[in-house]
Amino acid sequence: MSMATVTVQPVERENYLNKEYGVGSWLFTTDHKRIALLYLMSITFFFFIGGFFALLIRLELLTPVGDLVQADTYNKLFTMHGMVMVFFFLIPSIPAVLGNFLVPMMIGAKDLAFPRINLLSWYLYIIGGIMMLHCMLTGGVDTGWTFYTPFSTAFTNTKIVEAGLAIFVAGFSSILTGLNFVVTIHRMRAPGMTWSRLPLFIWAHYATSIIQILGTPVIAITIVLVAVERTLHLGIFDPRLGGDPLLFQHLFWFYSHPAVYIMILPSMGVVTEIIACFARKRIFGYSFVAFSSIAIAVFGFLVWAHHMFVAGISVYAALVFSLLSYAVAVPSAVKVFNWTATLYKGSIHYDAPMLYAFGFIGLFTMGGLTGLFLAALGIDVHVTDTYFVIAHFHYIMVGGALMGYLGGLHFWWPKISGRLYPESLARLAALIVFLGFNLTFFPQFLLGYLGMPRRYFQYPQEFQVLNVLSTAGATVLGVGYLLPMLYFLWSMRYGKPAPDNPWNAAGLEWMTSSPPTTFNFEKEPVVTWEAYNYDELDAPHKEEVPVVR
Amino acid sequence: MSDSTVVGLHHEEQHHPELLHHFAEPQQQRDAASLGMWIFLGTEVMFFGGLFCAYLIYRRWYFGDFGAASKSIDATLGATNTAVLICSSLTVVLAVWAAQTARRTLLIGSLVITMLLGLVFLGIKGKEYKDKFEEHHVPGASFSFDHVPIPGHADQYANPRHAEIFFSLYFIMTGLHALHMIIGLGLFAWLLFMAWKGRFTPEYHTPVEIGGLYWHFVDIVWIYLFPLLYLIDRHP
Repeated sequence: MSMATVTVQPVERENYLNKEYGVGSWLFTTDHKRIALLYLMSITFFFFIGGFFALLIRLELLTPVGDLVQADTYNKLFTMHGMVMVFFFLIPSIPAVLGNFLVPMMIGAKDLAFPRINLLSWYLYIIGGIMMLHCMLTGGVDTGWTFYTPFSTAFTNTKIVEAGLAIFVAGFSSILTGLNFVVTIHRMRAPGMTWSRLPLFIWAHYATSIIQILGTPVIAITIVLVAVERTLHLGIFDPRLGGDPLLFQHLFWFYSHPAVYIMILPSMGVVTEIIACFARKRIFGYSFVAFSSIAIAVFGFLVWAHHMFVAGISVYAALVFSLLSYAVAVPSAVKVFNWTATLYKGSIHYDAPMLYAFGFIGLFTMGGLTGLFLAALGIDVHVTDTYFVIAHFHYIMVGGALMGYLGGLHFWWPKISGRLYPESLARLAALIVFLGFNLTFFPQFLLGYLGMPRRYFQYPQEFQVLNVLSTAGATVLGVGYLLPMLYFLWSMRYGKPAPDNPWNAAGLEWMTSSPPTTFNFEKEPVVTWEAYNYDELDAPHKEEVPVVR
Repeated sequence: MSDSTVVGLHHEEQHHPELLHHFAEPQQQRDAASLGMWIFLGTEVMFFGGLFCAYLIYRRWYFGDFGAASKSIDATLGATNTAVLICSSLTVVLAVWAAQTARRTLLIGSLVITMLLGLVFLGIKGKEYKDKFEEHHVPGASFSFDHVPIPGHADQYANPRHAEIFFSLYFIMTGLHALHMIIGLGLFAWLLFMAWKGRFTPEYHTPVEIGGLYWHFVDIVWIYLFPLLYLIDRHP
């Protein structure tokens, strides 16, 4: 009897990817890891749409005259580029993909606190995304992603209401993700996972979630007011009817400035994990890095009017907002200095994630320091609404947020997919992204300083050389983004199977299998060690590291 | 550590049927749900906060016009509605207590009365809207607010443009509040259905509690709306 039943050894261990098959098992999943992959696919789709608009913008700016598109089309291109990239790529990028995947695992939980709400938030994102696609295909919007009134409510005849509602719906997706993270981090930590043992990735996501929770509702009500004013011809923001267009700008930037920190804080969390791992050291000044995330979230809410220095706000208000904007630089600098101090005498490995982390530090520092130029009242008047501003925020949002996202994707790819990506190709791609990025955006600092305004489809002859450089850089950058997508896809089928902990990294997520099982851990982990215990991991005659499975 | 077989085996001993798989114990699930609702209410505060901010700015700009416009609303109806909502908050508290102490009849009764009070509120609100519509106080093409004196300045008339902003805010704020009431009624209909099926016990009644939190929040919003929209210029 016993000989008759030959047990076939399964080729692959059961994990969250092969537990169930079929479209239904994905569309109705409540597993945070599967939802993270749903987000990964959807935001990649929107990234390439936004990138396509960027490509058209750069092609148009290759020559000083408007030859590829006309002014109206150009207005729509940069508007749709901004809306898609901000609301449908950058804001969900790290939280909804890496955060969704990692927050429960890093704190030793089986799932987020509200798995069904997590799935709901993906559906809201998709509904908002479909509305945005429909809006683009039937005419688009030409106001710039900022929707400034009264142009948006009383003059333009493009699809403001539809785009606004798309962002409204996607905003609730963002709120629900933040709510889920905060409750999860408060209530779902494994025994022994105290606040001071949390990975700094978690602290960064906690701070991000606070901004999502407190900021997003304000843009939601602002969009409602714009939509109501536009459809019913009310006068809330329209000065001809007694309304106040500055009120719109205050409400808009009350969310949209902190939104920048929704993009950059998670990226800082990723970079912190990567640097600790590839320098093989505990993070220098753990509690300073942790609380600097909270400080950025808090200060980030108090600086919005630095977008309005030339809009006619009181000079006294401008002074205060300028000062507070400088204050945000302090916690940001704390992070940069502590990363640098972590590297000091570290045993540094130059793997692809680390190259992205290095790129992040450099580009974020450039973006941050030029932000101080813009926070200075005098210089701001000179460079406001020029390509200097464009270059500044692309250094933060692309050079910072996107580099962190790519670095994190490489770092955790073995855990997510169970496969290794091709390392040398990845290093090459990281280098291409870094070079392409600088070639694209550094010339824009010069262009802006020389006086080229943003949002124009033509420009004087003397700006052409720098614009050609920028367009050439964008092409290189495009190659740098396509490469990872291609080799990630390739690795899912042909990559070498990943061990559970390919980087010998610290953290609960590396103590379970790659890819993890549906409930992450076989039994609830009990944490008895501090975060980033690399000295213990690397000790020559170490005892077996506590196994939590 | 690296190669032991991990099976996604999910072994839970006997547990309460309402305990979801990813929570260790019912207390954790209750705490999570309650914290989740509190945070959601925080987002609601910010959502209405934008409107209150707009209101305060225009109230300061167009002080007298807002007073005149506010005076045209029927404060008796508003006061009645305030009383109705405060009573409904009491019945919500009773419902939560009934669920905690396994009084099924009282629970069902309290939920029904709460919903009835909610419907009365919406009915009175509808009457107010109808009055405003007939008086041409609904912002838009047929809006008119001519020759209405500013309270305390009998020789000055309110600027219709500025009064229109007041009414815009009035309809948006009370409209969004009414929308929240309607959502609350839907929520309570579901609670009633669950209570009728006997699903709530002293061990499991979180939905009643967090549904009650939501209802109280909507009441509190009204407590702020009522003086700001109805009472700002009622002195004799």
